Amino acid sequence: MTTGLVVERVGPAASVQDLGRPGWLKVGLSRGGAADRSAFIEGLALVDLPLGTAGIEMAELGGRFRFEASMRFALTGAMMRATLDGERLDVGASQFAAAGSVLDVGAAESGVYAYLHVAGGIVTPVVSGGRGFHGIGGLGRLLRAGDVVPVAPDPAPDTPLTRLERLTGTGPVRLMPGPQTGLFAPDMLKAFEEAVFVRNPRANRQGVRLDHDGPPFSTRAQLNHASDFIAEGDVQMTGDGTPYVLLADCQTMGGYPRIGTVLPTDLPRVAQVRAGEELRFRFVAVDVAEADWKSDDELLASLKRARIPQSRNPRDVADLLTYDLIGRPPEDVAGD
Amino acid sequence: MTDAPELLPLGPDGLLVRFADQLSEPANRAALAFRADLEGIGKPGIAETASSLASVLVRFRPDVIRRKALEDELRSMLAEQDWLKASLPAGRRLWRVPVAFGDAHGPDLEAAADAAGLAPEAAVEDICAARLRVLALGFSPGQPYLGFLPEHWDIPRQVDVTQEVPRGAVVVAVRLVIPFANAAPTGWRQVGRTALRCNDPGLDPSMPLRPGDEMEFLPVEGRTLDRLLEDTPPHGGAERFEIP
Repeated sequence: MTTGLVVERVGPAASVQDLGRPGWLKVGLSRGGAADRSAFIEGLALVDLPLGTAGIEMAELGGRFRFEASMRFALTGAMMRATLDGERLDVGASQFAAAGSVLDVGAAESGVYAYLHVAGGIVTPVVSGGRGFHGIGGLGRLLRAGDVVPVAPDPAPDTPLTRLERLTGTGPVRLMPGPQTGLFAPDMLKAFEEAVFVRNPRANRQGVRLDHDGPPFSTRAQLNHASDFIAEGDVQMTGDGTPYVLLADCQTMGGYPRIGTVLPTDLPRVAQVRAGEELRFRFVAVDVAEADWKSDDELLASLKRARIPQSRNPRDVADLLTYDLIGRPPEDVAGD
Repeated sequence: MTDAPELLPLGPDGLLVRFADQLSEPANRAALAFRADLEGIGKPGIAETASSLASVLVRFRPDVIRRKALEDELRSMLAEQDWLKASLPAGRRLWRVPVAFGDAHGPDLEAAADAAGLAPEAAVEDICAARLRVLALGFSPGQPYLGFLPEHWDIPRQVDVTQEVPRGAVVVAVRLVIPFANAAPTGWRQVGRTALRCNDPGLDPSMPLRPGDEMEFLPVEGRTLDRLLEDTPPHGGAERFEIP
């Protein structure tokens, strides 16, 4: 029996997302999925969802959502000011919504992409192995006001609420060399590491454009390379030498040279950088990148272990009777 | 083989087997055949494989197989035969596809013809005389990279990216032609438009083209194409023949 999450208001670039559709590169479909995979997986951890589950991605602007049934939910990712029936809520924590309550999520105050997960998971139809909107893949669509997003019931609404400390990396974003790195002269690579980039307003789930002062990043035959595979995180130099960092909904092939590939661990920082904010890059060796790689399972398990029980003042709890006041020890649910 | 294929990293979980750094027909056949063999083996730790114009991407799970071990295994497979002499896949088809060139359907025809050193009419004749082959599917789902146009079509991409070409836009660069599967930005020049949908959810299979398939363009009037876009016959009015 599904229930609904009623979209009363939503920003123009919000969509249902999951962790994408791996395995379709052979026909030209990039994996897609959440633009900030780590924030998305944090949300899964907070409401005990498995990896295949879908949630809602909001970009820059939030939305207003009405819960048709009571359920736990979590907001993660970009800092968006959120209230539940007027009460201020924390991002990065699981919450409880009573049936009929209204979640109001404002514009992002820091970061770009925020995620709303509900404890039963979103159960829109699966198309080509996933539920997410994929722009250039032509799959799914953006959310609109008036949508009623189908949601499975919360299997364990009495589960104690938890939160996560958000650990965002600092320092230059790390990238590894790729197949075309050698096309760039050594002084070009050095200039790339020394440049201070500013995110251009032009950005979406396919990629973000970066501006900098200084000469463009060109190769000897910038416009005549054979098209070849692109990886998520590739930093592509278009014809005029302007860098674009390619994100989840990237094309699978392209001919503009790529100076390197941003490490998956650091890519969320690129997705979350706001227009006008600065970014720097630093190359690391391939074996460093390999050692840094984590599977989604491993990331979810480590985030589940990192959950911290929330101590709540009963006076702040709107509907005391919906809680299991005796409770179970947090260890029962904090494990994985 | 004179030059051994290169093994290159593409992301922490990707390895690119590149048969040539320039476009070539033998390198494309090598990529198709090597990927088919790799898929047949089903090696543990390989998440997925795909072939492009002249390379094969192997995505792997670094927690199951290390890059170094995978490279060693791929090298020994590569040494087993001369992949550049591999034959084309079986079951190929020829597609004859109506395309309207120039005007609103091909806003860059004159610029592209000029870059190739031809008058627009001669450029259209040239493109329609070519027997093109699906070298790879990529960029977006089901979208073919078709090659090869004659050598004078080795024209560069544009310096400025066109923010959006429509679905069905026929674009050219570097001796290749692509009918776009979806509206998308591109640095290639749009010379025409087709009603063929390379990814049509209403059809089974939804992505009709396969690497190795061949294609010829049939020039039609802009009005004819408008009608095909409106009537949406299967495959945009294209005809399909089995290649014996």
